[in-house]
Amino acid sequence: MTAFLTIIIVLFVAVAIWQMVKIFDLAQAGTDDLGIATEKDNKVNAYLMLAFLVFIYAITIVCFVKWGDLPLMSDAASEHGDRIDNLMIISMVIIFFVQTFTQFLLHYFSYKYRGQKGRKALFYADNNTLEAIWTIIPVIVLAGLIIYGLFTWTTIMNVNEDDDPMVVELYAQQFNWTARYAGQDNVLGLANVRLINIDKANVLGIDESDPNAFDDVVVKELHLPVGRPVVFKMRSQDVLHSAYMPHFRAQMNCVPGMITQFAFTPTVTTKEMRENPNMIDKVQNINEIRKENSKKLVAKGEEALEPYEFDYLLLCNKICGKSHYNMQMKIIVETQEEFDAWMKEQKTFKASMTTQNN
Amino acid sequence: MSTHADIHEHDDHGHHHKETFITKYIFSQDHKMIAKQYLITGTIMGVIGVLMSMMFRMQIAWPEEPNILFEALLGKWAPDGVMDADVYLALVTIHGTIMVFFVLTAGLSGTFSNLLIPLQIGARDMASGFLNMLSFWIFFASCVIMLFSLFLEAGPAAAGWTIYPPLSALPMAQPGSGLGMTLWLVSMAIFIAQSLLGSLNYIVTVINLRTKGMSMTRLPLTVWAFFITAVIGVVSFPVLLSAALLLIMDRSFGTSFFLSDIFIQGEVLHYQGGSPVLFEHLFWFLGHPEVYIVILPAMGIVSEIMATNSRKPIFGYRAMVASILAIAFLSTIVWGHHMFVSGMNPFLGSVFTFTTLLIAIPSAVKAFNWITTLWKGNLQMNPAMLFCIGFVSTFITGGLTGIILGDSALDINVHDTYFVVAHFHLVMGISALYGMFAGIYHWYPKMFGRMLNKNLGYIHFWVTAVCAYGVFFPMHFIGMAGLPRRYYTNSNFPLFDDLADVNVVITVFALIGGVFQLVFLYNFFVSIFYGKRAPQNPWRATTLEWTTPVKHVHGNWPGEIPHVYRWSYDYSKPGHDDDFVPQNVPLKEGEEELQH
Repeated sequence: MTAFLTIIIVLFVAVAIWQMVKIFDLAQAGTDDLGIATEKDNKVNAYLMLAFLVFIYAITIVCFVKWGDLPLMSDAASEHGDRIDNLMIISMVIIFFVQTFTQFLLHYFSYKYRGQKGRKALFYADNNTLEAIWTIIPVIVLAGLIIYGLFTWTTIMNVNEDDDPMVVELYAQQFNWTARYAGQDNVLGLANVRLINIDKANVLGIDESDPNAFDDVVVKELHLPVGRPVVFKMRSQDVLHSAYMPHFRAQMNCVPGMITQFAFTPTVTTKEMRENPNMIDKVQNINEIRKENSKKLVAKGEEALEPYEFDYLLLCNKICGKSHYNMQMKIIVETQEEFDAWMKEQKTFKASMTTQNN
Repeated sequence: MSTHADIHEHDDHGHHHKETFITKYIFSQDHKMIAKQYLITGTIMGVIGVLMSMMFRMQIAWPEEPNILFEALLGKWAPDGVMDADVYLALVTIHGTIMVFFVLTAGLSGTFSNLLIPLQIGARDMASGFLNMLSFWIFFASCVIMLFSLFLEAGPAAAGWTIYPPLSALPMAQPGSGLGMTLWLVSMAIFIAQSLLGSLNYIVTVINLRTKGMSMTRLPLTVWAFFITAVIGVVSFPVLLSAALLLIMDRSFGTSFFLSDIFIQGEVLHYQGGSPVLFEHLFWFLGHPEVYIVILPAMGIVSEIMATNSRKPIFGYRAMVASILAIAFLSTIVWGHHMFVSGMNPFLGSVFTFTTLLIAIPSAVKAFNWITTLWKGNLQMNPAMLFCIGFVSTFITGGLTGIILGDSALDINVHDTYFVVAHFHLVMGISALYGMFAGIYHWYPKMFGRMLNKNLGYIHFWVTAVCAYGVFFPMHFIGMAGLPRRYYTNSNFPLFDDLADVNVVITVFALIGGVFQLVFLYNFFVSIFYGKRAPQNPWRATTLEWTTPVKHVHGNWPGEIPHVYRWSYDYSKPGHDDDFVPQNVPLKEGEEELQH
């Protein structure tokens, strides 16, 4: 397939070059043609400007209709997510309006005032009132956006300790994620990469002598109880990573040598999200695509793709090396009871250490 | 008599009275030749950069499929024609570096600042011709080093064009962080030296060598833009140099400026106390002004060409200058908007949101002033004019989404997704390229004494315009769907399977757009030798460069330097028969110079 396409492209280039040589020769043949726009050029290009305006509008409509359902921009799964989505929608509406209006003016003027013989342009160099208008209107609109944005930002970034958030560490390394729960005491044990001891399965460098660390729970799949605030403490052991949880509108870099944090409250369980009509449509659509792709794979003698089932994900969103594109962890949001039951099955850090010692 | 005296006086500055091939074409100190050298070097780098983008776009659209092109161009890095993941990152990195620095900084600013500053202010040459020559050859050396790194065993730098440590600092983190990164840093350090030499020369020339009557308020907007760009460069480039030097020390001499507490490949490294966030601050202290270093010259070029081809004065000259100054000032205090989720104090995020969104105001003023310049004009649709209109269009489309990205709360969710890629490619990549193309079409007669073929210019513009939107408009939507950038393939995320068709559409537009740049290259190189001979002032423009003879002379004007009596935008001024009045034409009796 690609080989075929490549050949097509090479052929296309060859034909294009050949055609260009011809066009060039022909164009040079006209004796009066100096390479300066004539009245005919003005007219043709003026109409093309109108056509281009239609093209811009068309591509906008096509994009919105085809790809505008944006399941990651609606149906947020966290408490603050709705605020971000609201602000996003307001900003998008403003952008849409300004874009439609200014592109119209630009292309319509390009069409209407195309050069014609005998016409003289208006000598119009300045108008303070006009300029004041288009300085002040953006000032007002932006002031609104800035105030709304800053208010939202401060609310998101301020971790309220009174809510008793559950403390979870997200630990990044090339190219996987690990999570550590703070356990019964809700305090993470001290840790530093210098304490990593692979032989004792202490892969996060947890301080073995810190009592706070004894009840910590280290897992490879992130479970969160719905409705409870979580504060994530991010660490990285090697290079920069970024913990990106798009459904929760959450992202924070993981920086070697320091602990960063981000807090949110999940509001929709994985099960509920799977039953969301938008999500059902999306998953169905994806599975049809996967079925199509599987047919091709099977024809090539490879295994068919597994059907897709929705899950929240934690992705790496900061370039971190070769397998950056496959650094992910599943997130499961569940009820408090389900969470407690799951947590009971997990080994505490101390227990896992003892096993190792035996 | 004075004529001869002038020429001789000038010749004495040079080393030779008679020009040999080497002094004329290679080690030339003539600003016009140096401009052409910058342009052609920048064009070659541009071809390489665009070719790279076409390759990784094919990888994104048809992931892990064998491709003859990869096999041919990448050799052992594409076993059986399947691109290697490390090479993908290397291509993305070098594409970014080449396009931002070598094409849109040196290629755009280097070409047109050199060509136009002396010609438009009425100077015989740059303040220091020797420094000017030096800056080009240093630039050339940095290009050679950057290209040389492509042929290393382990590949070139691959940590993204932002080269954040520790990824860029540790050879064990990825193969590109070995010798490839060393060469990247050396090349950039040299590049910065070049940029500083060039910028200082531009600043000195604009301040000292303006001809009689050329007050600052009579300067064409091009010169204003180049001047302010040079100032931003002098202020911010040294900070990147220090970041590069500190990174070199961390890499080679074991210091810990940017590194701390690292465990990689089974061992703990000795680094302690440094912070990658410090590097991000230093990098973006240049990195953000850099986008204005790229876009301001394009804005100046667009203002100038748009006025000329509208046969109208630029609307709101004072506001245009003021907005350049405002943008330049604000550009140095907004860098933190690249770092909202870097782990820096959230309060800083608030401050940077505020300053960032302020930049929208001067930008809006500029956009509306351009649109008003068209209003009731007599638009001459030359290819250069089309690229100017295209510039305003992509600048608006790309600029508006900046309102989302500059808003820290919204940035949380779209940071480092394709939304960002779409935004900056439209607002600074495509727009600046349009500015560069406009400049080339407009000043080609001045540079080479011949005209470019306009029909090829029309084909070039319209295909490029459609493809630019075809590539970058849908890209916003995959970004809003949460697709992170710099992923070698998305096939590990069934979640993104429904975006695969968008990626194919984007790639097809990218390939067509890329291939059609050949039309331009063909037009450009063939017209040097076979284009129609240019008249002295083909676009009937007012600025001083069109008063020089078509055939270049050392010292620009064979006789005395013209004096300037008016601003550069007297188009269609009432009371004159012609629809333009050159700057060197004295005011008529009773004529008032416009108060601006």
